[in-house]
Amino acid sequence: MLEWLMTPLAYSFMQRGLLASLIVGVVCAVIGCYVVLRGMAFMGDALAHAILPGIAIAYLLQGNLTLGALVAAVAVALLIGLFSRQGAIREDTAIGILFAAALSLGVALISSIRTYAVDLSHILFGNVLGVSPSDLWLVGGLGLLVVIAVAVLYKPFLVVSFDPVLAATLRWPAELLRNILLVLLALTIVVSLQTVGVGLVAAMLVTPAATAYLLTRRLPAMMVISALAGAFSSLIGLYLSYYANIASGSAVVLTATACFLLAFLFAPRRGIIVRWLSSR
Amino acid sequence: MCPIRNRLVLENVSAGYNGQRALQDVTLQVVHGGQVAVVGPNGAGKTTLFKVLVGLLPLRSGQILIHDEPLGQHKDCVAYVPQRSDVDWRFPLTVTDVVMMGRYNRQGWFRQPDRDDRAAVQHALEQMGIADLARRAIGDLSGGQQQRVFLARALAQEPHILLMDEPFTGVDSTTQETTLALLAQLKQQQVTVLVSTHDLNMAAERFENVLLLNRQLIAYGPAREVLSPTIIQRAFGGRVLFVGNVAVVDECCPPDEG
Repeated sequence: MLEWLMTPLAYSFMQRGLLASLIVGVVCAVIGCYVVLRGMAFMGDALAHAILPGIAIAYLLQGNLTLGALVAAVAVALLIGLFSRQGAIREDTAIGILFAAALSLGVALISSIRTYAVDLSHILFGNVLGVSPSDLWLVGGLGLLVVIAVAVLYKPFLVVSFDPVLAATLRWPAELLRNILLVLLALTIVVSLQTVGVGLVAAMLVTPAATAYLLTRRLPAMMVISALAGAFSSLIGLYLSYYANIASGSAVVLTATACFLLAFLFAPRRGIIVRWLSSR
Repeated sequence: MCPIRNRLVLENVSAGYNGQRALQDVTLQVVHGGQVAVVGPNGAGKTTLFKVLVGLLPLRSGQILIHDEPLGQHKDCVAYVPQRSDVDWRFPLTVTDVVMMGRYNRQGWFRQPDRDDRAAVQHALEQMGIADLARRAIGDLSGGQQQRVFLARALAQEPHILLMDEPFTGVDSTTQETTLALLAQLKQQQVTVLVSTHDLNMAAERFENVLLLNRQLIAYGPAREVLSPTIIQRAFGGRVLFVGNVAVVDECCPPDEG
């Protein structure tokens, strides 16, 4: 057993990949609690795809790809807020428009760079074994920033999400807090780019948090359990990927989904088996 | 903290949503510790009035003075008990968590709850008769219990002015009784209370003053003067029916003022 666990870690790229996956699993799962509770899953998915043109432009300018992704994600997050704030169109419509536009722009740019075709699959599905030491530092730093921000701003985020009327009564800046949350979400997605890719990051935001939601009735506990589920899925997923030779992002997401299904069936209060038994 | 005295003053207040005036040119004064029932047909601007008072809607014109100072100076003075449908009850929070939010005005963003906060929460829970539910998830409560959680949260704020939006609508009789008992107690503590209701008989029997709104101020004063058949007729038009002394209004549902 120990040998089974240790064998992959003999390679340093595997060590870095595992560490990056764990960080991504935890960070996505923590901020994912707000994604689930505020119904922002579509927003998360849209932000992930909006990264694409940023990466393509950074590649064309021979700049830092992660930085390009970061700028694109933050820009789209704030644009969605701007479009929907005026009340001219609903937020999900604004997301739909920007999501498709950004994705199209990204594909258009990438299709003009012929040599880039191979790397597109890495952006879409992640390339966890290609994590360089400097990537790891970036993932760690940004991840820590997100987790600290969520912890420090616990009260304002809670009030703005649960009871916007109270936030207004307290005269807390709801608009600013919403934008901070969006920027943190954008950071998280950029951090996840390398391990699960833009196609699957939405799952890492939503699935562990939804699992935790079924298992607890308090928000701090939900965040902790979600983080544990995210870390567990990353760990098991990566080993699965190593031994079964399947794409790492898919393995991680499938593990997370399995956790969710278990919670859905067997959760003490909300699981359907328990409900079925107690209704008999 | 606010100075303990004085009153709530509205001068020529107008407000509304997206170009529509839901409230026009309302002028009134509420004495310190006064209790006012706010009545009027659906869409009369009752909720709008409350939302302006807590800063959820901007003033179009006129001014509001609380303790002789403009709105916004006393953010910890006004507590608002919204209609239950305004929040997401599936949120993973316990009853204590929600009532503790009443102390957030004192704690700010970063301070942890101290002994005073916990004592105030415990006291508010006991006052509303929900101390035994303290650790329950809010999603598991009945409608009346949820209403009492909101009231307990407002109490924990220790407000000088308390606004309640339709607290008697769609709740069980225990909750109605607890709410009425609370009103009597707040009277002693000199808390100014505004309660919107579409139950005219409740307004007549339980409140010293009644404010009758229909976008404009129709009448404001002692209940037996304001709730006279002529004035009610003026506010509600054909939607009111008198059966003996009892006025029946042809409205089934709480106001939906979008």
